[in-house]
Amino acid sequence: MQITSAVQLLELAAERRQSLAGVLAEYEAFRGNTTVEAVRERMGETLAVMRTSVQKGQEDEGKLSHLITGYGRMFAQADAEGRLLGGALFKKAILYALSVGQYNASLGRIVACPTAGSCGVVPGALLAAAEELGSSDEELVDALLVMGGVGIVSAAQGPISGAEGGCQAECGVASSMAAGAIVYLAGGAAEQVFAAASLALQSHLGLVCDPLASLVEVPCVTRNATSAAIALTAANMALAGIPAVVPFDEVVGAMKSIGKALPESLRETSLGGLAATPTGRRLAREMRERYSL
Amino acid sequence: MAQIGLFDIVGPIMVGPSSSHTAGAVRLGLAARRILGSEVKKAQIELHGSFAATYWGHRTDVALVAGLMGMGMDDERIPQALELARAAGLEYSFTAADLGDVHPNSVRMRVEGEGDAITLCGSSIGGGRINIFELNGFQISLDGSFWVLMTKHRDTPGVIAEVTKVLAIHGINIAFLDVSRTTRGSDALLLAQTDDPIPELAVEHVRRIPQVLTVRTLPRF
Repeated sequence: MQITSAVQLLELAAERRQSLAGVLAEYEAFRGNTTVEAVRERMGETLAVMRTSVQKGQEDEGKLSHLITGYGRMFAQADAEGRLLGGALFKKAILYALSVGQYNASLGRIVACPTAGSCGVVPGALLAAAEELGSSDEELVDALLVMGGVGIVSAAQGPISGAEGGCQAECGVASSMAAGAIVYLAGGAAEQVFAAASLALQSHLGLVCDPLASLVEVPCVTRNATSAAIALTAANMALAGIPAVVPFDEVVGAMKSIGKALPESLRETSLGGLAATPTGRRLAREMRERYSL
Repeated sequence: MAQIGLFDIVGPIMVGPSSSHTAGAVRLGLAARRILGSEVKKAQIELHGSFAATYWGHRTDVALVAGLMGMGMDDERIPQALELARAAGLEYSFTAADLGDVHPNSVRMRVEGEGDAITLCGSSIGGGRINIFELNGFQISLDGSFWVLMTKHRDTPGVIAEVTKVLAIHGINIAFLDVSRTTRGSDALLLAQTDDPIPELAVEHVRRIPQVLTVRTLPRF
């Protein structure tokens, strides 16, 4: 069994009269020479690590990160004091994404999804949505399988690293994976899953990877939160039946071309963009002076 | 086209912040320990390229030492690896070095155990994946996704045939086979990457081949 595109994956599910989650579980069981049950169990363990990272990320103050500290605490405190706008779902998504992103920067144990730099997007958007929907763990495992499918479709046709494609290929792909999974969790049709993925990725096209001082901190961690918010927005639009117009496979193609057109300075080298601003240069210089070999 | 693994996308589970500069570095350190085959007492570590430039931000140094201590990339003791190493009597040093035309995230490690020492060069090539490209001066290619049988032997005709025959008898399929030597007639290295684990009996059979000097197996890592 091969998965090469969203169109092909949807056809595969239709031919086999199977749910997307069912197809993905069988795909991985075959690929990994194991059973569907073992795949689902491993995904359950992955879910547990995600949840733990959400919890520990809120407790960890960013003890080992360099430029950022206390983001989760600050956000939770502001919420408790009624200083924030918006509904519980969006605030929770932001809180979770910030916490996991900062936990990663602070040497916490996380699920790279699809990358470590974008590891807060999915726990932020998907776990917040699951709590809102009251989903069971079984349903969440299904959603995570489908989410993996969206990621596989992206990886089969385009980059999934900042060095190759910029941040659109990390936070953008993470956001499209989360959007698709949320639609699946909310009971949307298979086509709506990829409409949501398409809409989320469309909103990330052109996003460059320009981290300050070669750290996975600024703007990565706050970008994880905005990408989680985009995932929820895209999922809601798709659930409303708003079309993506450009199919997901074609958006991935556009992302790939844009990635190729990006100069190296905007692909994880910390030579351009925010990294090259006066503030970015100053912080990089300070870090270099402190740590040179 | 290779099938993309679901858990390569939703995963790996790892200690942050970077899959290439942290998780891959842990695996490089762990590979060195596994190849050495015993506890590491001393490690001289040379960082190349992006590893040398950004090690401090991604804790590449901490990650490499964590691997040398036997930790995997999701081990929550990784942040304390340097303290744990010092407490365990593992001496380590870090310097910057130019290893030539290699991947930007590369390292050379001279690692000593009880009596034994190896020198290994490897790269972290993205997403936590690694490639060991040099071992004790021999060119190899090892990514940790297979079981490995490694021999050091006299560079004479028939040794490779004998070793592969033993594997065949034990029903072990070879996925990749590398043979390397420094000069003709000197010591040579054979590195067989297999789909199946290699039983002790097969290792014993290989050890009995007269021209074979040392045999070692590695699990997947």
